Amino acid sequence: MNKVNIQIDDINLEVPENSTIMEACDKVGIHIPRLCYHPILSNEGACRICIVEVDGIYNYLPSCSTYVFDGMKIKTNSPEIRQARRDLVELMLDNHPMDCQLCVRNGNCELQALSYKLGVRERLFEGVRKSYELDLSSDSVVRNAEKCILCGQCIRVCANVQGVYNLSQHHRGVNTIVTPAFLSSMENSVCVKCGQCINVCPTAAFTEKDYTEKIWAALNDPDIFVIAQTAPSIRAAIAEGFGHPPGVNGTGQMITALRRLGFDAVFDTNFGADLTIVEESVEFLKRLESGEKLPMITSCSPGWIKFLEHFFPELIPNASTCKSPMQMVSTLLKTYYAEKNNLDPKKIFVVGVMPCTAKKFESRRPEHYNVEGGYPYTDAVITTRELIWMIKAYGIDFNHLPKGNFDLPLGFSTGAGDIFGSTGGVMEATLRTCQAKLTGIQNQELEYFDVRNVEGLREASIKIGDKVLNIAIANGLNNAKTILNRVKNKEKEYHIVEIMACLGGCVAGGGQPIPDVGEFIYPLDKNMIKLRAKALYDIDENKSIRRAHENPYIEKLYEEYLGKPGGELAYKLLHTHYHPRLPKGI
Amino acid sequence: MFEEDYNLDKEITDYIDWCKEQEHPESYLIAILHKIQEKYGYLSQENMYEVAQKLRVPTSFVSGVATFYHYFRLKPRGYFHISICLGTACFVKGADLVLKAFQNELGIEIGETTSDGVFSIEGARCIGVCALAPVLMINDAVYGNVKPTQVSELLSSLRAKYNQEKKVSA
Ligand code: SF4
Ligand code: SF4
Ligand code: SF4
Ligand code: FES
Ligand code: FES
Repeated sequence: MNKVNIQIDDINLEVPENSTIMEACDKVGIHIPRLCYHPILSNEGACRICIVEVDGIYNYLPSCSTYVFDGMKIKTNSPEIRQARRDLVELMLDNHPMDCQLCVRNGNCELQALSYKLGVRERLFEGVRKSYELDLSSDSVVRNAEKCILCGQCIRVCANVQGVYNLSQHHRGVNTIVTPAFLSSMENSVCVKCGQCINVCPTAAFTEKDYTEKIWAALNDPDIFVIAQTAPSIRAAIAEGFGHPPGVNGTGQMITALRRLGFDAVFDTNFGADLTIVEESVEFLKRLESGEKLPMITSCSPGWIKFLEHFFPELIPNASTCKSPMQMVSTLLKTYYAEKNNLDPKKIFVVGVMPCTAKKFESRRPEHYNVEGGYPYTDAVITTRELIWMIKAYGIDFNHLPKGNFDLPLGFSTGAGDIFGSTGGVMEATLRTCQAKLTGIQNQELEYFDVRNVEGLREASIKIGDKVLNIAIANGLNNAKTILNRVKNKEKEYHIVEIMACLGGCVAGGGQPIPDVGEFIYPLDKNMIKLRAKALYDIDENKSIRRAHENPYIEKLYEEYLGKPGGELAYKLLHTHYHPRLPKGI
Repeated sequence: MFEEDYNLDKEITDYIDWCKEQEHPESYLIAILHKIQEKYGYLSQENMYEVAQKLRVPTSFVSGVATFYHYFRLKPRGYFHISICLGTACFVKGADLVLKAFQNELGIEIGETTSDGVFSIEGARCIGVCALAPVLMINDAVYGNVKPTQVSELLSSLRAKYNQEKKVSA
């Protein structure tokens, strides 16, 4: 690649000729402010905050979308540039509600941080402010157009990364607003509730639906038995909420914090992950034998399932009918566990702590209610962010907590369950169990490095016994589209496909901590995702049992209660179904 | 808003099929929307949804484009469609005040239709009869030398006419 010589402020350097000014500046530790740029999204150049001065060019140039040329002399700082940037932010604030104190992004908002950094200290323009209703229609994602600064990142993540294209700018000029098609509500749209728009939004224009109020009330009610279950990825990210870098395993402190908040029992969604593997392997081996409904596609990611229902309804029969790990655990808590402990299921309140906003939606699907009793199996779902907030609200000093352990029996998991949170994890866990079942040999290779990688799209052929399994793994729904089109058009014959809605899997779900604005880490940063995933693989590696079907509490559960994997009761409690949804996605 | 509601005219769906054979089918979106508006007077959600499905362009982009251009109407025109000329001559003669009078009386903005479907208003460019400025058109009839103070009376007589015609047709 050709290199060019440029000068930034007084620093001389050589950079590849296809670099932008912003990229070149990042390399030498000059952080130019930015509000609409994201390295994995297409370039929009909407906010103009990133302007710099280039020798010989009269206008300021947006550094995020201007490429360097040989001999370019760039000035990133001068009283005039700082003033111009400040003016731009002041203009945005002119049309922004001034209620940081009431805002969930208070303390981690890019607009707020930038106003501080650029020295906005008074309100200069008091114009007419836009006023829009809060869109509370969705169970998962709340849209507050009054806080939108029109950076377009949500539109681009929803289109480029998720392939959903739910959002677009509507109207023009001062009336511009970001909404789903026809200016309709989030609920009446193809939104799959993945929450990635929340992750990339620099302000609080997209946030998750808050379920904490219901949980405080349940915790405060002595007649209610309140249970928490935590998804694999929470432990790999929760410490970020308390000043740690990504990838720190916070399992023990998380469990103690939940107990201090008043939860009567703390279980592990990973138990459900193990159980999912057991059921899914039986289902898969059956399909493999009969050759029907192949490829089987995994079904634990509810954003992906909603995507399937809107965009690929013809492939619904291919999805595994297994409930997600969360729903398996919740169902067992209000049946098996309740019976065993003489608890009235109506007096049990199950809280799922999830890295995912779509889990909120999943918990409200009518399929996940007990029909006779009229109650949901999962009462409330909160994200990692909401749990972090609850811990802070309660005055718990997370970093000085002793480490706790999950309760039994639904708190025990094998290494297979742990890795569910990362892309490829479900595949690897399934392969471990299928391998043992297909070959009858127990102690073989456990780590399928072919499937470990946070790339968005992978295909491999894996030899197990005398069979060769063609597998595909996709994360990020735009990547999933590629695989699904191959399946739909019969271009490829896969046996099993793993799909997770979010890039990198649940570790980068729409409910995970948003990097601190001071850290200069982008939401969805690849390295951050890798570190979180590594934390999960480390947990797996340190476990003595690493195949789901060897989980002794699962063996006991089948013996005592469920009967056979894939048997009648297991099918009734642990499986579900899906249905086409409108509007149709494109 | 769904498949069973698809009702675009064959002439338009044929045109969409043609567009799909071109190199960048999506670049024909605006042309398609123009054809629909020409035919039906406005862009209904059903029609936009159908265009999105047939052209394979995300529905949100179709409605984004439709709301961006003032030219596109998103609601059916009223029984009486009032276009008020805002051309230079009319403007100088106080067309803006005439427009304001309509907006006040009807409680709608340019491009909107009253909730009972009787009136819609639109701003027009010079319609070529500047001598009569300020000028407006109600459906096909031209009205000249309109004064803001006449608007209220004009609307009452139109409403009476509407009631009359409705009764006859009922
Ligand atoms: S979005 Fe940011 S700037 Fe706006 S009110 Fe919330 S914290 Fe303040
Ligand atoms: S939640 Fe996901 S699908 Fe819905 S608008 Fe946001 S990014 Fe798009
Ligand atoms: S909602 Fe957020 S991400 Fe989307 S355009 Fe507005 S400020 Fe940007
Ligand atoms: S970051 Fe460059 S224009 Fe917004
Ligand atoms: S300006 Fe109104 S008719 Fe010419």
